Amino acid sequence: MLKVVGVQTYYGKIHALRGVDLQVNEGEIVSLIGANGAGKSTLLMTICGNPRAAGGSIHFLGQDISRLTTDRIVRQGIAQSPEGRRIFPRMTVLENLMMGALTSEPSYFDNDLERVTDLFPILKERASQKGGTLSGGEQQMLAIGRALMGRPKMLLLDEPSLGLAPLVVKQIFQVIEQINKEDGVTILLVEQNAFHALRLASRGYVMVNGRITLSGGGEELLNNPEVRSAYLEGGAKV
Amino acid sequence: MQNTPQRAVNWSRIVKESLVAGLIALVLFFELVGVRVVDNPGGLGLRSRWLWLLIAVVATAVGRLLLAWRREILNNRPVADLGLTASDSGKSDSRIQIFTRYVAPLLIAFALTLPMMPFANRYIVDIATLVLTYVMLGWGLNIVVGLAGLLDLGYVAFYAVGAYSYALLSTQLGWSFWVSLPLAGLLAASFGILLGFPVLRLRGDYLAIVTLGFGEIVRIILLNWYTFTNGPDGISGIPRPSFFGLPFKRHVPEGTDSFSSFFGLDYSSMHRIIFLYYLILLLALLTNFFTLRIRRLPIGRAWEALREDEIASRSLGINPTNTKLSGFAIGAMFAGFAGSFFATRQGFVSPESFTFIESAVILSIVVLGGMGSQIGVVLAAVLLIGGTEMFRSLADFRMLAFGALMVAIMVWKPRGLLSNREPTVRLADHPEEPSPDLVAEQKS
Repeated sequence: MLKVVGVQTYYGKIHALRGVDLQVNEGEIVSLIGANGAGKSTLLMTICGNPRAAGGSIHFLGQDISRLTTDRIVRQGIAQSPEGRRIFPRMTVLENLMMGALTSEPSYFDNDLERVTDLFPILKERASQKGGTLSGGEQQMLAIGRALMGRPKMLLLDEPSLGLAPLVVKQIFQVIEQINKEDGVTILLVEQNAFHALRLASRGYVMVNGRITLSGGGEELLNNPEVRSAYLEGGAKV
Repeated sequence: MQNTPQRAVNWSRIVKESLVAGLIALVLFFELVGVRVVDNPGGLGLRSRWLWLLIAVVATAVGRLLLAWRREILNNRPVADLGLTASDSGKSDSRIQIFTRYVAPLLIAFALTLPMMPFANRYIVDIATLVLTYVMLGWGLNIVVGLAGLLDLGYVAFYAVGAYSYALLSTQLGWSFWVSLPLAGLLAASFGILLGFPVLRLRGDYLAIVTLGFGEIVRIILLNWYTFTNGPDGISGIPRPSFFGLPFKRHVPEGTDSFSSFFGLDYSSMHRIIFLYYLILLLALLTNFFTLRIRRLPIGRAWEALREDEIASRSLGINPTNTKLSGFAIGAMFAGFAGSFFATRQGFVSPESFTFIESAVILSIVVLGGMGSQIGVVLAAVLLIGGTEMFRSLADFRMLAFGALMVAIMVWKPRGLLSNREPTVRLADHPEEPSPDLVAEQKS
């Protein structure tokens, strides 16, 4: 479904992605793990066209999207829940969700709203509250819900567990699984929380310094001694 | 209040504060008030005004004393009391909503009946027309600054484009006001797009600087392109608007009617004044109606989203280029309409009328009103434009009063008079806030 081949990205002179190859098949959950500054978020942003890839190709559903602008890419069916949630703080929860539905058919709205509030019942309770007054976990749910309102074929999630309490993290990962199983949305998940991310994923990639160093099934990576020492047991070996 | 302060008021601190304030006032006012340069027969001389200086210093010290005293009293209130004020402020949101709901129709009713009021003389209607012009400009700029979040310091440029469009179309081609009005709006809108293109990538301070420059460029072109705009002399003899073809004149050519003769009225110069008043009222209300509607449409939502967070907006499929350009264009269009009105009301336009201070005043109206608040703009325009007219009797101290007013608003209402943002949509079956009984019920 998504095929990234040899992608290079620069921030000015900084070479952030040094030839990344990655593939996501339809219906999969694929996790991308790695340390801070490895380039995980950059890869997600590059897929969305901001910044543009300086080299390589990105194909989505067989079409090259590496030259499209962000809004055009989103209209192809890729939704992103960006790093740091980036909800609209002065708009109400309901308005935030409406913003997510901007690219989809108006007639889908009621159904989609119901689905999102089924997944995250708290959002219905908070519907008339301003986005900025929500707790961190609720904001994350709103960010995911907002991305879903556009009926994406594929959802890019950037560190959905960041700064959340363990119970909330568990709930969020449950919903991610639900979105994948019940709605058939393909998911590319970027995470620091390697344990949760790999357990959920059918396949995973490990990224170090702008390159993919390891890839394999979720279970397989979870049991890989290198991955265990670097990302799961706090070891210093890389 | 039955609660007595728990701590004694710290008088030594209050007195110290007021003495320091007095001292600062002494230093500041020594030059400003204490001494004055006068023309003596033998040249310039100094005259001292120690009494004035004393008054200024004492006034400052006493003022500071009162402020500090009030603060101490507030600080000493027991905690339970503070809890009460906290919940009060939480309710202020809905209080503003109620205020908006009932005050807006009242204001419109008042505006509609103003010319018929017994106290409405020519002076009052003239000022009201002026205030409404700024209300309209404020509402137009509110689209750009309040909704789309693009800080525009050169808004007056579009006002000028609208004014000159009508002035030139009517004097050169003899087009009527009603034909020129939409054209002036379109021209201003295309200037908005012209400005929009180069500044698409800019934000915040950088955008403000470029728009400031744009405003000056337009003014300087008007000033120097003598063959086209008549330069600093301006364009005079701009036709006044007619009432569906009926001119407001005492004498008209044989065989045609004027407004007064057609309706069998005695000629009065007030007719035109009142007509202009209703014209700007109509234009302003149109601007308001348009803004309220467009906020609920996808484009309006996209403006607000872009203001809140550009990256998030892009990741939701909003095209920032088109969104920003449309914001600039539509905001500029209303300035163009207002400009045409200005030209027909004055009968004369010159670059003098479109200096930076106009942009600053319009922006102040938007900011003081609370960015994005429609009724806040009205209140701020009445305060700023009506206020400066009222203070005219203060002569030299007018700007001082104006400045004090601005400072006062920013101290007590730092986010503008009405800074609450109205949601554009609510869930039908959703209670706004659970009532206290309901919460208690659920708990038990």
